[in-house]
Amino acid sequence: MIPIMLKILRTGIVTEQAPLPEPQWASRATQIQDEVLRLLGRALVIRQVDAGSCNGCELEIHALNNPYYNIEGLGIRFAASPRHADMLLVTGPVSKNMEQALRIAYEAMPDPKLVVAVGDCGRDGGIFGEGYATCGGVHSVIPVDVTVPGCPPPPLAILQGILTAISTAPRP
Amino acid sequence: MKIQPILQIVTPAQWIEAARSARDSGGRLVALWGTDDRDRDGRFAVLAAFATLAGVSVVKLPLQPDEAYPDISGLFTPAIRMQRALRDLLGIEAAGARDTRPWFRHGGWRDDEFPLRRDFERSPPARSPASDYRFVRVEGEGVHEIAVGPIHAGIIEPGHFRFSVVGEKVLRLEERLGYTHKGIDRRFQDFSIAEGHRLASRVSGDSAVAFQWAYAQAAEAACGIEAPPRARWLRALMLERERVANHLGDLGAIGNDAAFAFALSQFMRLKEDWLRWGARAFGHRLAMDRIVAGGVDADLAEPHAGELLALCDAVEREVRELRDIFDESSSLQDRFITAGILTPAQAREFGVTGLAGRASGQAFDLRADLPCDPYGVLGVRKVVYAAGDVATRVKVRFEELAEALRLIGEIIRGMPAGALRAPLPHPASGAFGVGFVEGWRGETFVALEAGADGSIRRCHAHDPSWQAWPALEHAVIGNIVPDFPLINKSFNLSYSGGDG
Repeated sequence: MIPIMLKILRTGIVTEQAPLPEPQWASRATQIQDEVLRLLGRALVIRQVDAGSCNGCELEIHALNNPYYNIEGLGIRFAASPRHADMLLVTGPVSKNMEQALRIAYEAMPDPKLVVAVGDCGRDGGIFGEGYATCGGVHSVIPVDVTVPGCPPPPLAILQGILTAISTAPRP
Repeated sequence: MKIQPILQIVTPAQWIEAARSARDSGGRLVALWGTDDRDRDGRFAVLAAFATLAGVSVVKLPLQPDEAYPDISGLFTPAIRMQRALRDLLGIEAAGARDTRPWFRHGGWRDDEFPLRRDFERSPPARSPASDYRFVRVEGEGVHEIAVGPIHAGIIEPGHFRFSVVGEKVLRLEERLGYTHKGIDRRFQDFSIAEGHRLASRVSGDSAVAFQWAYAQAAEAACGIEAPPRARWLRALMLERERVANHLGDLGAIGNDAAFAFALSQFMRLKEDWLRWGARAFGHRLAMDRIVAGGVDADLAEPHAGELLALCDAVEREVRELRDIFDESSSLQDRFITAGILTPAQAREFGVTGLAGRASGQAFDLRADLPCDPYGVLGVRKVVYAAGDVATRVKVRFEELAEALRLIGEIIRGMPAGALRAPLPHPASGAFGVGFVEGWRGETFVALEAGADGSIRRCHAHDPSWQAWPALEHAVIGNIVPDFPLINKSFNLSYSGGDG
């Protein structure tokens, strides 16, 4: 136990400043308000759905949980069930084989049903495009609020996308 | 180069004989795929690659449109799923195969449509209704099923696991995968040989370098060129960096799955430092799009070289410290030791390669067995143990991580100067090449056939997870359900890589 405590003490706190939201990424014309942390009065709960990604985006979403970004410290956490989620964070070109599961997850989510499409694939199918096995982006299957470009987008961009969705969500 | 085989055209009898002879000499089935040559000679073909310590061999069996090929799953168990996938994509069948259930086709396209046929309509009509998939049922008093997925309870790729359990004990696990099937093999045909590395980067994002390098080897062999020496050393640098990044992430995540959140924070912090260096030096955290056919699209200069050497020292020191903490933590060791045993006999049966294979006595490492430049010069120490449990897969990761850090130091100090890219000529239509690279997860294979004017006629990418997924079904038998996430993470197989 002592080596663990010493290691924690010596490591210190490496968490960095959270980024500001990026209004330009909002894919619908709702008001951009300075309420980034409005929903963070309580935890924002995210259900991540990999809808056929190459797993590159998942690596970067995982990185959000590392102590540099410390997403839980901002009051954002990932949940196992869409029924507990405010937001779906979706990656991949939406493979035909995940289309139905993605739709079911979206329907199971309560309001406000925010959706952030992550990565070039989530945007429009990316390098995989639209084909016999892919739907060509999250928007072709469920409504999308914010799209984060990049292949994969770095963790900070994904965090910005999440904050953008929060700040542009209609007031309850 | 030992990994470049001559493509042998065989008869059905020779097809079986090639498989038998590979098996008898201790070899393994690397990949099985197929192609539509009806535009050329009116026939389909099935291909298989085998690896032995002597090198790689590839056989090709041409087939009349309604002809089946001999099933080789009796000789190589991993052929079962590859043959099922081939039926879904190309519509050619293994004669006498016992398991004929679809693998990739979940209802997204009709069962009489075959996406790898050259006359396949690109935009298929309405999807067919999802068919019922027949899982194998286990019957008996007190047996019940737990169905998990395709969406799992974390930030994980999708797949379906069907457990048959008594109480907490797993009697049987059956995987149903294919949920992330994106049609990569077909998609390759939309790229030129010069551009295909971009798609190869994204077969499995965590193995971007391994697939890019394998793709580049295949493309260069087809084009009859070699990458310049400095490019090859830079590729090895990227490959070892990818190994370190994934081992760091896995060690943290495995600790976390045994309720040791401390490990996740510490290892993910180190991994972040590691990836940020990649963004600074190579312009991409995962080094996607940095290995091209003919060379590399990145270079190493100061201050980045010095920074990486310092980073290697820091990571080496901290990981040693963390390993001591792992070893001293009785709660961790209690979860690790004897959990999820894959015996050497099972690993051999399923042809498991890479770190999971080496934790179960499979002493294969392409960097040492069939070394391409610069591994021949560097000399890679193979890490092999036989216990095959979670603890051993953790141990292999710790030791391979240390070895990779050593190799990176050697590469930085020994890297020759010179050109980064060789010109890429258009090969003759039909030219063929393979790539075979020891990625962090295992043997990563790409086969490429050139079309006219620098196009790709057929490219097949094979992730080592193909072989390891069926082995995981056996490693979990007799364990308790709550240990499954830990066991699964200790293998950390790719869904996307296998689904293609």
